[in-house]
Parts: sequence; C-alpha cells; structure tokens
Amino acid sequence: MSFFGMTKILLTSLFRRPATRLYPFEVRAPYPATRGSIGITVEKCILCGICMKKCPAMAIQVDKPSRRWAIDRLRCVACNYCVDVCPTKCLTMKPEYAAPTVTRDTEPFTIPPPAPKPAAG
Amino acid sequence: MSKRTIIPFGPQHPVLPEPIHLDLIVEDEKVVEAVPSIGFIHRGLEKLVDKRDFLDYVFVAERICGICSFTHGMSYCIAVEEVMNLPVPERALALRTFWAEIGRIHSHLLWLGLMADAFGFESLFMHTWRLREKVLDIYEETTGGRVIFNVCKPGGIRRDVTDEKMRDYAKVLNDLEPEIREINNVFMNDKTVHHRMCGVGVLSAADALKLGCVGPVLRATGVAQDMRHLNYAWYSQVNWKPATRTAGDCQARCEVRIDEIYQAIDIVRQIAGKMPAGEIACKVPGTPNGEYFVRTEQPRGEAVYYIKANGARNLVRFRIRTPTFANIPALVKALQGCDLADVPVLALTIDPCISCTER
Ligand code: SF4
Ligand code: SF4
Repeated sequence: MSFFGMTKILLTSLFRRPATRLYPFEVRAPYPATRGSIGITVEKCILCGICMKKCPAMAIQVDKPSRRWAIDRLRCVACNYCVDVCPTKCLTMKPEYAAPTVTRDTEPFTIPPPAPKPAAG
Repeated sequence: MSKRTIIPFGPQHPVLPEPIHLDLIVEDEKVVEAVPSIGFIHRGLEKLVDKRDFLDYVFVAERICGICSFTHGMSYCIAVEEVMNLPVPERALALRTFWAEIGRIHSHLLWLGLMADAFGFESLFMHTWRLREKVLDIYEETTGGRVIFNVCKPGGIRRDVTDEKMRDYAKVLNDLEPEIREINNVFMNDKTVHHRMCGVGVLSAADALKLGCVGPVLRATGVAQDMRHLNYAWYSQVNWKPATRTAGDCQARCEVRIDEIYQAIDIVRQIAGKMPAGEIACKVPGTPNGEYFVRTEQPRGEAVYYIKANGARNLVRFRIRTPTFANIPALVKALQGCDLADVPVLALTIDPCISCTER
C-alpha cells in the first residue's frame, strides 16, 4: 500500500507533451473510415426514394416531381444505411463532419434531369 | 433515538450524469433505508420495434446505451439470427467478439475514471480517460464511430478489418497495457483509494444471488457467473476465465473490472492471432418467425434480450432486461447502513447506466 502511487505518473506527464490538442488551432484529421456526413453525386441519383424509405432517422426527403433531394443534417445519425441501399451508389459517407449550424434547415440538392440518350448513328 | 431525515439523492447529482433518484432515509450520518425511483428518461425503444423493419431496428437497438452500444446491437442481431437460423460467417463472429471486448476495455476505463472523479482524485480520472482515448481511436478507425458503431447487422457485420490491422490493434493494446497497469496500480494499492472503497457496501454472495445481481457486482462476491460462458459470438474459440474476488465490497468490484481489462486485451490478442478467413455477412432471406431469448455479457453484466416475430417485417415484441436494472436491488441493499458520504461512491460501483435501464 502506498500514498504516492500517482507521483511517477504525474511527474512524467509534467515533462511530456500535452495529451490534448489545442483544438481550434490544431484539428485532428479524421480517419478514412469515420462516418462524418453524407454526400451525394447529383448526376447519378435516379430519385427512386429508397434512401428516404430506409433512413432510420427520417432525415432524407426525396421529391420526384420537383427533382429535389434534401437531407436534414441534424437528424442524420450517420448510420451509413442509405449509402448501402442506394441502387446507383450515388451517396457517399464523407469522413468530415457537417458544419455546425444554429438553424434546423434541410440541405436541398437539385437533381439534374437525366442526360438525353445520344441519338443513334 | 436520533431523528430520521430524508435526503434526496438525484435525479441530478454530480456523481452521476444520468437520472436516478434515491430517497435516503438517514439517522445521523447513517443511511437506514434507500428508496429508488426510476423512469425519468423512458424512451419507449422497445415499442418502436413494431414500427420499424426488423433489419433497420438494429440501429435503434444500438442506441439503447451509449457505452455498451456494440453489445446491444450484437445481442439484437444474435436474437434475429437465431430465430431465422442464419449461418453467420465465422469471421463476423470473430470481429464481433473483438469489438465487444474493445467495448469492455473502454467501458471499464470509463468507469475507473468516473470512480476516481467520484472520490475526488481528479488527476487519476484524467489519466484513465487519456488511456481510454486510444481505445476509442481503435473503434473509430474500424467502425467509423466512437460511441455508436453501426457495424452489426443481422447475418453478420457491415465492415471488415484486415488481419494485418487486427495485429496492429493487438499491438496498440499490448503497448497500452503497461500504462493501464500503472494507472490500475493506483486503484489497487493507493491508500487514498482504499480509504474510500475497502469495506464499503459489502454484499455477501448469498445476498447477491438472492437479489439477482449480475456482472462485476456478482463476481466481486465470489460467484463466477459470466454469460460469455454461453459461447455466443466467438467466445468458444478463445481462452478466458471469469475474474472474481470474494470481498464483495467496492474495492472488490473495482478489482474485478481491472482484471477484466487485462483479460479483454488478452482475448483481442488471441483473436488477432487466429482470424478466420471468409465472408463477413450472409444473406438474410425472408422474415423472422418465432421467438428467442439471448443472454449476453455486457461490461456491466448480463443483459437479456427477448424477441418475438410472426413473419411480418416488424417484430411483435421486444424486451430487454439490462444489467443495471438487475443491480438496483443490490444497490439498495448495500446502501443500508452505509455512511451518507459513501453513497455517491457506492452508487457508482454498480456502474449504473440509467438510460439503458429505462430504454
Ligand atoms: S440517393 Fe440513391 S437511393 Fe436515394 S433517391 Fe437517389 S438513387 Fe435513390
Ligand atoms: S446516414 Fe443514416 S441517418 Fe443519415 S441520412 Fe443516411 S440513412 Fe439517414
């Protein structure tokens, strides 16, 4: 039994670099696998709505007539499910987190109409 | 006879970030009785099962708890897999065991830190959490999340970890072990720590069994009960033995958890040494029909999962008994006769997780 069991640890850490980062000035790079935020390649989306149906947090809205795909970033729990189920693989999970916001907005994307099929010949 | 006074403890108390309320009936400075009340953060997650597809519900199941999240998700998946008789690939089982044990290390380090904080040993608290950060990094690198992992799915797992990476993580933990030992030495041998924990909240093995205790609280009384013996996931393929102590006091519970950290590191080492090759998930054809009970060992103790399905996309019934719920009667019993000043420390030694208790 001892009184000073911590002394060695404390003395070593006194002369060591801090274990923490000076956050806003020094930002840790995310791991490639980190589930940060959802990105979409609008050209590939076919507005099938599967991601909207499957999203457990109901964060995605897909509206076919107005060709609008929108995500509520504060609702999204970054589960990666939409990325797995999207048939055209147009969704990606980016390792960077979404920017902080003070309002509860959805982030809309307009899906361009599919490119007309090149005429034969 | 001295006058009886009721002192409320919680639902907001500095020692517990989560809401549990205890009415402490005290005489002088001694607690004579404790009356618990829970139900402040009931979320109705069990009911949600009949609104969500059984494949999607695993995301909800993981969110029952923010610390044993992996084991919660895994237990749900095991239940579904058993009902549907799915041949889960061995590699998936090995990785599940890996993540579950990483979770045990992180949960116990978290608890040790909170414990140090509870008896006012701030530097010990910070150093314990410094080490825990490295363990969380392993989680983030392999699953993409620090707290909620979303890697389990019925039929297997969603992300693979290469064999080489597995050996790297075993090495990270190997390097971490001496540092953890150094910190744990303080918990095991320091007089200030012993002063707060030795002989406090003693529970006998008979009482613990009668009150239905689980996990480290039970094992600290000398009963070697650990649900990993049921060989779910890949526990049949690794060598381990439940950690036990016989004193039944706060110090014994602390030491059981410390032993489990080393054991978990050893299990990870064993898994990294013999990763089975193959697929990480199997196909999930159709829908579940039937019912199943799963018992898994979370860092806090035994959790019981029950699911019932009738062949529809939604389950009919889902029920969870979490370890903290089973340990509350023991806490109430241990509180009788303790000093008022020991209540926070004692309440913390059952490692209470109120949000999973109330689901
Ligand atoms: S993002 Fe993918 S799943 Fe969602 S509507 Fe577009 S194509 Fe369909
Ligand atoms: S990551 Fe999950 S929560 Fe976020 S939008 Fe996709 S499915 Fe929804």
